[in-house]
Amino acid sequence: MSLRVTLAVAARVLAQLRRDPRTIALIVGVPCLLEALLKELFRGGPVFQHAGPPLLGLFPFVTMFLVTSITMLRERTSGTLERLMTMPLAKLDLLAGYGLAFALVAVVQAAVVSLLSFGLLGLHVEGARIVVVALAVANAVLGSALGLFVSAFAQTEFQAVQFMPAMVFPQILLCGLFVDREAMATWLRWISDALPLTYAYDALARTATGTYGSRFVVDVCVVGGCILVALALGAATLRRRTA
Amino acid sequence: MNAVEVERLRVVRGGKVVLHDLSCGVASGSVTGLLGPSGSGKSTLIRAIVGVQRVAGGGVRVLGSPAGAKQLRARVGYMTQTPSVYGDLTVRENLRFFASVLGASRDRVEEAIAEVSLLEDADRVVARLSGGQRARVSLAAALLGAPELLVLDEPTVGLDPVLRRDLWRLFHELAEQGATLIVSSHVMDEADRCTALLLIREGQLLAQGTPAELRARTGAEQLDDAFLRLIETRS
Repeated sequence: MSLRVTLAVAARVLAQLRRDPRTIALIVGVPCLLEALLKELFRGGPVFQHAGPPLLGLFPFVTMFLVTSITMLRERTSGTLERLMTMPLAKLDLLAGYGLAFALVAVVQAAVVSLLSFGLLGLHVEGARIVVVALAVANAVLGSALGLFVSAFAQTEFQAVQFMPAMVFPQILLCGLFVDREAMATWLRWISDALPLTYAYDALARTATGTYGSRFVVDVCVVGGCILVALALGAATLRRRTA
Repeated sequence: MNAVEVERLRVVRGGKVVLHDLSCGVASGSVTGLLGPSGSGKSTLIRAIVGVQRVAGGGVRVLGSPAGAKQLRARVGYMTQTPSVYGDLTVRENLRFFASVLGASRDRVEEAIAEVSLLEDADRVVARLSGGQRARVSLAAALLGAPELLVLDEPTVGLDPVLRRDLWRLFHELAEQGATLIVSSHVMDEADRCTALLLIREGQLLAQGTPAELRARTGAEQLDDAFLRLIETRS
């Protein structure tokens, strides 16, 4: 693994994104709009205070999942991946470069949405706001890693886009945001236990209420572990030799 | 000394045999033309030489190591058939990225841009360039690392005659400096520009040798006719 190559990959991914200001505007603008909508819908009341922090923290997961899976799919279909695989580049350089670039994008996204939510919209968390931002960035990296992995199973961009609802919606439904996990049927809770977003949501909810506890540490470790597993799975789909 | 040694190479893609136990060699310092109609297995052979093709049997040795070996990655330059560069970056940004991966200098980037005559378009976004220009960006990326073996899949398709002549001149200069080049083409009129030829058809080697040898063997003046006669004597 080489730092030079990792940084080169990250810089290249960011340069590509910079060429596409509309995408950047959507990445930052859409979560802002949704937070504002949520606030207006519930008139800033308890539902907004309950769902606002998780929305802020989970949105980067969805965005980066999509952006990474499409970018990586393009890399696979355009032949640039094949070229890179003949060059002195470790697979980890490529993965880390992607992760780094999208983590930086997530920092910007989460920072802007936080400023708006905590400032203008009056969202309130008992825990530290910076923890919400940090969790948002971790979720972004998780989304990137998973996006990288599923891009191997999509032949077209249409398919890649469809993986988003398939991989993300069930996790959001089961994470505990809509229905308390204690109120779920046992088998649903088992599934919920097995999904990474459950832990990401729990960490955000604990930050919102300021009740970190030891469970918070478990949550963060699980999210971190899932990032590593997803990256390893992603690396396994990068083949130097293809049929 | 052969830079590339292909031994009974067998490749199966989608249940179909694309290369039938093909054996051939590429001499060091040669500009070897890999010629054959489209669908003959040229790109598959090229992919096997650069080590990105899964093979069903036989093997390929490149510069003394098995194809695709780690130590070869800095020594082999590869240009894919469709331009494999980033459409949303400029020519220079593309090449600077590949140069960082290869550990090549910024000066080398400028040299490579000049070698493919793209200095005037260096700051244009690749997606806005013509097909021929895009192919040259892709070629420049393969040249960046000053590789010992350059494997180019149809580098001159769609280029105007002047550019084509310039590129062949460049290929010979690189060979004189000690590099080995494999250049595929489906146009027989490029065959005369090569110092050695590999003719393949339907995944099998029809003949290998210098253009003069192939003429002598078939008694044909034009390499096009030589190719035809080789096919006829086979069947």
